[in-house]
Amino acid sequence: MSNLSEASTAALDVEALRRDFPILSQQVNGKPLVYLDNGASAQKPVAVLDAMDRYYREMHANVHRGAHTLGDRATAAFEGARETVRRFLNAASTREIIWTRGTTEAINLVANGLAPRLREGDEILVSRMEHHANIVPWQMVAERTGARVVPIELTAEGELDMDAFRQRLGDRTRVLAIAHVSNVLGTINPVAELIAEARALGVVTVIDGAQAVPHFRPDVQALDCDFYAFSSHKMFGPTGIGVLYGKEALLEAMPPYQGGGEMIERVSFERTTWNQLPYKFEAGTPAIAEAVGLGAAIDYLDRLDRTALAAAEDALLARANALVDTVPGMEIIGTARRKVPVLSFKIAGLHPSDIGTLLDQQGIAIRTGHHCAMPLMDFYAVPGTARASFAFYNTLDEVEQLFAGLRKIQRLFA
Amino acid sequence: MTVQTRAFLDNPLGTETTLKDVLDAFEFLDDWEERYAYIIDLGKQLPPFPDEARVEDNYVHGCQSQVWLIHHYDDARDRLYLLIDSDAMIVRGLAAIILVALNGKSPRDLLTTDIDELFEQLDLFRHISPTRGNGLRAMVSRIRDIAAAQLERD
Repeated sequence: MSNLSEASTAALDVEALRRDFPILSQQVNGKPLVYLDNGASAQKPVAVLDAMDRYYREMHANVHRGAHTLGDRATAAFEGARETVRRFLNAASTREIIWTRGTTEAINLVANGLAPRLREGDEILVSRMEHHANIVPWQMVAERTGARVVPIELTAEGELDMDAFRQRLGDRTRVLAIAHVSNVLGTINPVAELIAEARALGVVTVIDGAQAVPHFRPDVQALDCDFYAFSSHKMFGPTGIGVLYGKEALLEAMPPYQGGGEMIERVSFERTTWNQLPYKFEAGTPAIAEAVGLGAAIDYLDRLDRTALAAAEDALLARANALVDTVPGMEIIGTARRKVPVLSFKIAGLHPSDIGTLLDQQGIAIRTGHHCAMPLMDFYAVPGTARASFAFYNTLDEVEQLFAGLRKIQRLFA
Repeated sequence: MTVQTRAFLDNPLGTETTLKDVLDAFEFLDDWEERYAYIIDLGKQLPPFPDEARVEDNYVHGCQSQVWLIHHYDDARDRLYLLIDSDAMIVRGLAAIILVALNGKSPRDLLTTDIDELFEQLDLFRHISPTRGNGLRAMVSRIRDIAAAQLERD
């Protein structure tokens, strides 16, 4: 196994990969850019930029109108991207692939769609490590229905407390909504196990995959989740588009989310009927070029050796972990056994915002703050963290630069 | 004189440490490290912030760090005194620069001072630009609101 991953690492030519991402070769504050904020949004390869450019230059028109050639081309590109996403997720049918603006809208759509099933006293199980986007939509629905949002607690290392999960999961649980990967901690949650246990009790399962898809490919049929949501922009595609996967039977049973064009079959003042899936949930003209861009991002990833990419990412995280001791007072927040390359940390005596400002001076981009996960900040009793989040196009040298930058900041405060 | 009023008058920023001092110092700072070391040092000149003033009304929202701001108006001399606190050192330093420019002025003078121009001059504009969520902009707006309200009262 280790031989295989070494071989894969050797096979990955990071410098060649970086040339696919033109934005990376620039100077910031007079220093070469070191982009370590991939968890917030990842950069885009030329393949994505070209696909969107070509779409607008050669085939743009509104989709699903069928009256002329351009419209046919646009529709073919748009629906082709949907098929690409279906393949990426291994969904059974493109009827189960709904375009949204992103993960946040996808979760809001599900929460609203499930609202009619929720009653006073029902419970929606989330975890303490959720992004606000997987807490607040449920709270809003809970407010309307009398249901309650209940958090699963964590271990100090930042893993789900499985005993707590099993205690919380019960007769009242209607929905389990959980992150595949934590945006702050990098923890990969054992979602297959959680889904199996929830399904045994008839609980609807919703997986927030926003932080998972940049690092690995989820198989929704193998996971057997009811819903899976992700955003394009974190997986090297354009902003403004995301995906909700949902099992067909559940989507059929759900009411539409927004009303307008495209989502209807027939409108009259007496009775309006809904279009078939997936269009029932896609009111208005969709983000066509963005869908095409996302399709191109998935195609781009498919052309790469994903095993080699994952090995390279593991190597980045391992190097970062090995360097922690070189920065006195540095502490990693989130030390789960299974992690994507995300490093949240604090440094004694330094506010995260100071760390962010002074790394920026050195051309190094990280995220600081509460990361839209305030309940998690409360758990660790910190106002926020500094977070370096890596992508496969980052280099070991950039990891070294991050730590050299941190040591420099410490000297500044000494 | 209350303890709090004392703290306002003991603030060296804008009185002992003048805007000219800061501008002169910046002239001699070559690289970003020296500049930020100086900003951090300026932040250390902020007088202790009274604990009893850490209440919601004095909290400046929109900052990654916790920022507190209080004021005291000396009627007889027509001077507005300000105290700021933050748990982030760079924000403290930038707040100190704001105080050097604005503390102890009359509300009228304060409102005619162009902080954006000053930050541009110091090559720190990015910190106060509306795109940065560090609360500097919110801090300056709060101070200007206080001065404007004082002028209206007169």
